[in-house]
Amino acid sequence: MDESIKIKVENLNLLIGRKHILNNINILIPKNKVTVILGPSGCGKTTLMKCLNRLTDLYPEMKVSGKIFIDNKEILNTRNDITKIRKRMGLLSQRPYPLPMSIYKNITFGLKISGRRKRIFLNKRIEHYLKQASLWDEVSDRLKEPASCLSIGQQQRLCLARGLAVDPDIILADEPTSALDPLSSEAIEKKFIELKKSYTIVVVTHVLRQAMRIADYVVFMYLGEIIEQGEAKEFFKNPKRDKTKSYLQGVFN
Amino acid sequence: MITKKLIKIIEEAFFRVIMFLSTCIIIFALGLIIYSILNKGIPSLSIEMLTQTPKGGFYFGKEGGILNAIIGSLYLSIGATILAFIIGLPVSLYINVFLIKRRKFVNTIRFLLDLLWGIPSIVYGAFGFTIMIFLGMKASLLAGIIVVTLFIIPIMVRAIDEGLKTVPLGLIESSASLGATKSEIAFRVFTKQCFPCIITAILLSFGRAIGDAASVLFTTGFTDHIPTSITQQTATLPLSIFFQLSSPIPEVKNRAYAAATVLTIIVLFISILSRILSEKYKKTIIKF
Ligand SMILES: Nc1ncnc2c1ncn2[C@@H]1O[C@H](COP(=O)(O)OP(=O)(O)O)[C@@H](O)[C@H]1O
Ligand SMILES: [Mg+2]
Repeated sequence: MDESIKIKVENLNLLIGRKHILNNINILIPKNKVTVILGPSGCGKTTLMKCLNRLTDLYPEMKVSGKIFIDNKEILNTRNDITKIRKRMGLLSQRPYPLPMSIYKNITFGLKISGRRKRIFLNKRIEHYLKQASLWDEVSDRLKEPASCLSIGQQQRLCLARGLAVDPDIILADEPTSALDPLSSEAIEKKFIELKKSYTIVVVTHVLRQAMRIADYVVFMYLGEIIEQGEAKEFFKNPKRDKTKSYLQGVFN
Repeated sequence: MITKKLIKIIEEAFFRVIMFLSTCIIIFALGLIIYSILNKGIPSLSIEMLTQTPKGGFYFGKEGGILNAIIGSLYLSIGATILAFIIGLPVSLYINVFLIKRRKFVNTIRFLLDLLWGIPSIVYGAFGFTIMIFLGMKASLLAGIIVVTLFIIPIMVRAIDEGLKTVPLGLIESSASLGATKSEIAFRVFTKQCFPCIITAILLSFGRAIGDAASVLFTTGFTDHIPTSITQQTATLPLSIFFQLSSPIPEVKNRAYAAATVLTIIVLFISILSRILSEKYKKTIIKF
């Protein structure tokens, strides 16, 4: 596999009952870039994300077939240790789900279940990751307070910090700004652009403007199929398929 | 048109009155119960009642107290509550984390637990008694604890379950994405998110355990001593009330009310404690 490719999805199909939710998906996600998965609501973006870190395991009704390679390692193979694979990806969901504990413990949760318990080590990491998520200045004096006290925007950044703390190389974000106010959204978008130096970032969105602001690579989905994918500039300037063209002109949505 | 409106207004007023009346009936009944217990109980309540075991002739109105029943009841219900918690918590975590997508199966389990919840405690008592005879066991604190545990497990499980049920799938997904296994999600995330609910479940079960007479009627025996081992018989407050209330001697009867006062105060204390504790821990839980 090409060095510059981080995730390769090969002939991925997902069925729920008789319903084909994902239909023969093939994607190449480049390393250290922001890849945007774009498409109208209900086209299967969230489901595709769930395949990437195998959260589909939690849904027995989903029948997944095909292959997903991360750095040449096939992850859908059930013999692989799924917790290890998941730790390689930080997840941001549509709305933040902070853990029901203090800000401090939210960040250390991932580390602790991986067996890192030394206080000094944890304290250093906390500061580092909260700074990376631009949350440190706002919470440094109240790390012991429950995460439920934070605003939604802060919670989403906490979830980012918590995801980064397990030391992943991929960040998966499923409409991470859809519950946030414009300022918090902008903070998250900026963060992604900054973080792509060290992480491969996959962002799901149905907001065209957001895709244009942050994407290096775009995957356009419609009704469970990949219609078109390519470099962002090329994609937005010269879309090849009719469906893409009409989406970009705002025909759906 | 107008008549339709009028009917609506009358209907509204009618249900309002009904609701108001039923609320009144409930409050009145509760007040009456508490009043009649306290009215007869408080005068007979003395330090002696609380600190002494029955002396010779206690049941004929002579000196002594109900310390044996107080301690016995506490031993019994604390023991049973701990056992029921140790068994019940994993059960409710299991059906909510591991079986989350097996909705039919889980609902069947819930239905069975509700059936068990509905079985009168005397049936548990009789069942326990039969088993004891079969095993050649004598009435003892241990037998009582086992039967009461069986009797409160459904309460414990369903009460915890009501809280765990409300945890959104998103929280499981985000914990899983941090590399947590299902048992880590269960014991480190769910137990925290539902902590107030777990406290309520524990205290609810405890309240049921300490107040129930029928399940201990055949299983714990009754003695004037404070048990020093779980194989000994033990007195309990509900049975102590029952025996004293059956006495024709007015003094003894009044002492039954004093014992009932003690029991009521314990249960009241437990309810208030559960409120305070769950309020206190509500802050950490995430509202979804
Ligand atoms: N657990 C599920 N059970 C049944 N249908 C589902 C489930 N999850 C998703 N779907 C269906 O799959 C399709 C894609 O959903 P989703 O991936 O959430 O779309 P998107 O994120 O693009 O809005 C939708 O039609 C949705 O109804
Ligand atoms: Mg979605």
